Amino acid sequence: MPFVGPEVDWFALSPYLAMVGGAIVLMVVGALTPRWRGGMYAWATVAVTVTSAVLALFVWDDIGDSGPSTLVGGALAHDRFAVLVTLGILGATALVALISDGELRATSNDGPEIYALLLTAAVGAMVMAAANELIVMFLGLETLSLGLYVLAASDRRRAGSQESGMKYFVLGGFASAFFLYGIALLYGGTRSTSISEIIVWFQTTVTVERNDALVLAGVALLLVGLAFKVSAVPFHVWSPDVYQGAPSNVTAFMASVGKAAAFAAMLRVLVVALPFHRDDWRPAIWVLAVLSLVVGSVLAVVQTDVKRMLAYSSVSHAGFILVGVEAAGHRAGEADAGAGVQAVLVYLVLYGVLVVGSFAVATVVGRSHDGSTGLDSFAGLAQRRPALALALTVFLLAQAGVPLTSGFVAKWGVIQEAVAERSYAIAIIAMLAAVIAAFLYLRIMVSVWLQDSPDGAEAERVPGLTAIAVTLAAVFTLAVGVWPDWLLSATESVAAYAR
Amino acid sequence: MVAAATSAMSFPLLSVLVFLPAAGALIITMQSRRRPEYAKLVALLTSVGTGALSLWALRNFDSHSGGFQFVSRHPWIESWGISWHLGIDGISLFLVVLTGLLFPLAIVGIDPHNDDPGRDKPYFAWLLLLEAGVMGSFLSLDLFLFFVFFEIVLVPMYFLIGGWGYEGRVYAATKFFLYTMVGSAFMLVSILATVFIARANGLGRITFDLIELAEGASFAASTGRWLFMGFAVAFAVKVPIFPLHTWLPDAHTQAPTAGSVVLAGVMLKLGTYGFLRFGLYLFPEAARWSRALWLTLAVIGIIYGAIAATMQKDLKRLVAYSSVAHLGFIILGTFAFTSQAITGSVMQMVNHGVSTGALFLMVGMIYERRHTRQIAELRGIQQVAPVFAAAFTVVMLSSIGVPGLNGFVGEYLVLIGSFLTARWWVVIAATGVILAALYLLWAYQRVFHGEPDDDNRSFPELRWREGLTLLPFIGVIVFTGVYPKPMLERIEPAVNSLIEHVSERTGYVEPQPAAVEIDVDHGEGE
Repeated sequence: MPFVGPEVDWFALSPYLAMVGGAIVLMVVGALTPRWRGGMYAWATVAVTVTSAVLALFVWDDIGDSGPSTLVGGALAHDRFAVLVTLGILGATALVALISDGELRATSNDGPEIYALLLTAAVGAMVMAAANELIVMFLGLETLSLGLYVLAASDRRRAGSQESGMKYFVLGGFASAFFLYGIALLYGGTRSTSISEIIVWFQTTVTVERNDALVLAGVALLLVGLAFKVSAVPFHVWSPDVYQGAPSNVTAFMASVGKAAAFAAMLRVLVVALPFHRDDWRPAIWVLAVLSLVVGSVLAVVQTDVKRMLAYSSVSHAGFILVGVEAAGHRAGEADAGAGVQAVLVYLVLYGVLVVGSFAVATVVGRSHDGSTGLDSFAGLAQRRPALALALTVFLLAQAGVPLTSGFVAKWGVIQEAVAERSYAIAIIAMLAAVIAAFLYLRIMVSVWLQDSPDGAEAERVPGLTAIAVTLAAVFTLAVGVWPDWLLSATESVAAYAR
Repeated sequence: MVAAATSAMSFPLLSVLVFLPAAGALIITMQSRRRPEYAKLVALLTSVGTGALSLWALRNFDSHSGGFQFVSRHPWIESWGISWHLGIDGISLFLVVLTGLLFPLAIVGIDPHNDDPGRDKPYFAWLLLLEAGVMGSFLSLDLFLFFVFFEIVLVPMYFLIGGWGYEGRVYAATKFFLYTMVGSAFMLVSILATVFIARANGLGRITFDLIELAEGASFAASTGRWLFMGFAVAFAVKVPIFPLHTWLPDAHTQAPTAGSVVLAGVMLKLGTYGFLRFGLYLFPEAARWSRALWLTLAVIGIIYGAIAATMQKDLKRLVAYSSVAHLGFIILGTFAFTSQAITGSVMQMVNHGVSTGALFLMVGMIYERRHTRQIAELRGIQQVAPVFAAAFTVVMLSSIGVPGLNGFVGEYLVLIGSFLTARWWVVIAATGVILAALYLLWAYQRVFHGEPDDDNRSFPELRWREGLTLLPFIGVIVFTGVYPKPMLERIEPAVNSLIEHVSERTGYVEPQPAAVEIDVDHGEGE
């Protein structure tokens, strides 16, 4: 029988192709031409992501007309779930590209390589979010992770960056192995790695014929792999060290794009593929969520380095997002499944922007203090750079979930879903953890606003591109906080995912 | 308490009350740093404008209606059933007016405690943002909107205490923020649970609208109690009710004077107001069920606050503890479930705002002159500054609750109104009145009487600006004390319809005094 290739809908794949093409062109042309001046690498990267985002918007519109389906022989999902995450990833990537410029030039690491890596890692993240086939998801995961390992170690002259890259590589390799083993066991239990076929298998197979032990073991291993990627407690230990050691712009990328992709993949695996085992995996998510919330918030408070604080706070945010996953798990697979998936995806998009903004400020401050992002470096920032301090305050208040910021909308969304599913305990734990975490953000704000600038401290140099990125992120944070309705009504259809 | 959509005029008065101060804050933020004096001017203009609009609302308020007036309602986040829904009734009217008047006075009356005029700009911006938040909280008729404002006031207050406070300011500000946020955490979950349970029990859709929820939904007794307790924790921290009060003395003592004035004057009322507006109205059964708890805590607060105030060495801390005692009376009246007691409570909210606001202002003036708040270091001020002492006396007597001044009317109504339904609690609470006289008069004696020593001999007399600031306070104190009728007749219809709502839902019958008809016109002096 001759091999018949799958039908390829090039238009639907265009956002991915634009990114891959952009990365290749940037790499090749960058290698053949003399060094580009004036942040042109960053602008080229932004242009690529914007092109891809525009294409993604067309795809979004197209899905509205034709409904969700699958692409390339069922390998990728063609649904708004994937497009929303893609848009979040692209937005975060563009912001990261903007803040990378100043950082790379200051450490004389400027060149096309970093940007090409950012673009390819972002493609990996997009594939992860859209995968309708576990092997494809693994490919996305590896594309993202390999990019991140190199990026983390990209500040070649600083030992901390090397250490960070190495740590992430070793532990990340472990997690990938778990993930892959989980896929193998799931394949053993369901005879397929395609999410669509797994669903059909559960629907058509009588209970006695199933090999539940294999499936459950597979789910457990997949959960370990994904929990590592989202840095949920107890699989979080890598994140503070890696976040602290990696260049701040890369940390921003990890915390936004990496997390968004991993959570999207988690939803694909758990909510889309395995609703039949929802009562088995939901308690595990519950435990992960509570541990992440409590441990993340409490450990964040005792840190003295702002990047480590933000790392632990991102663990706590992972806990919040897991609350949404838990809520989505109550009625996963039913016709009226609730808005848990929507709440999680909206959280991912909003948090992505917030965290890039926060790390952008950390990048600027760290650079003027010999790479140190200790709390002392932030003392009196408001006296030296009031606008930067104001932007940081907006991001921190949003992370604390203060109203009229996007963070409040995100938190309200997941807590609302948890309460709607009557998971009161987890909702209350989440809110109390938010109070503990608020103390951490207050500590940073105290340093920024209420402490005096040390004598003779020079004002931080804010590169123009970073200023643009910070402004965009802050405006977005406030705009969504004041008027969230457009985002919420636009994303109502994301729960109609392809199967 | 049906929404009377009496928005005869198209002018969105209540929305302007919220947005005007917020706009002022925005203008100040965008001003040049080199001209700090404009910041104060803008702050003054917008806050006076807001005050004038609140007085206009008072003038046009229909005193015969128990429903909401000047209602403004627009969809905001339709996907979640949230609307921009504002309205005032007799319960919130005077709190809104108090907010409108207190802020301009706090801005005129005293300068921020710092020597660098460049830092005035953020100070006034935060103060105006605070005003917008407080206004919004009192006006909101949507649970989401209320929560937004209730939370948002924390941010400006945090920065005001932390940025312009005294020596222990960072600790106090952080404590204040975290305490209140813990309460809010429970309230948020409760709000959401209320909304979803209401959808399943009678409403059939998701809405955060207070009136729709209160009138349309019914909760099973046990569910309602849990939900009520979620709200109650948030309000109890804010009031603060006895075991949760420890943030208050720190926050009050460390806050800049204007911060203390606003904190005592209006922000604490967010808690007591919340109990009435959201606690009793949404969950009448649960409120009735838990009344013994609140009455007991209120009485403990009255006695404990008074005793603690007696022991204080710091004048500002003394006033702070006296607030704990006074707010106990308000809670006592709220949970007595009689028309008189609740009317007295609402009135006492305003009275406490006026008299404690003025006390904090005067303590601030003392600190400006002497750079100390220690009672032991002050002596004989009456001799060198008689007018200042006279003003202080009036304000202090109002706080004690001397007949003829405003404090008496409210306290009297609370006590007599509660007597029928909460007799033994009232008996103990009444001793609090005596204790109030003890700690305030004793403090007065130590600070103002005696021979001034060298440090106090040069104590400057009341200045014109300060006198003009205090005049409205004293005017309100005397006017409401002598002639409380206009105020009471506007509060009562709303309170009566609240009690009717409670009766409808719980079958509770308000006991009527057998033959004793209290005529509020001649209430004092009997």
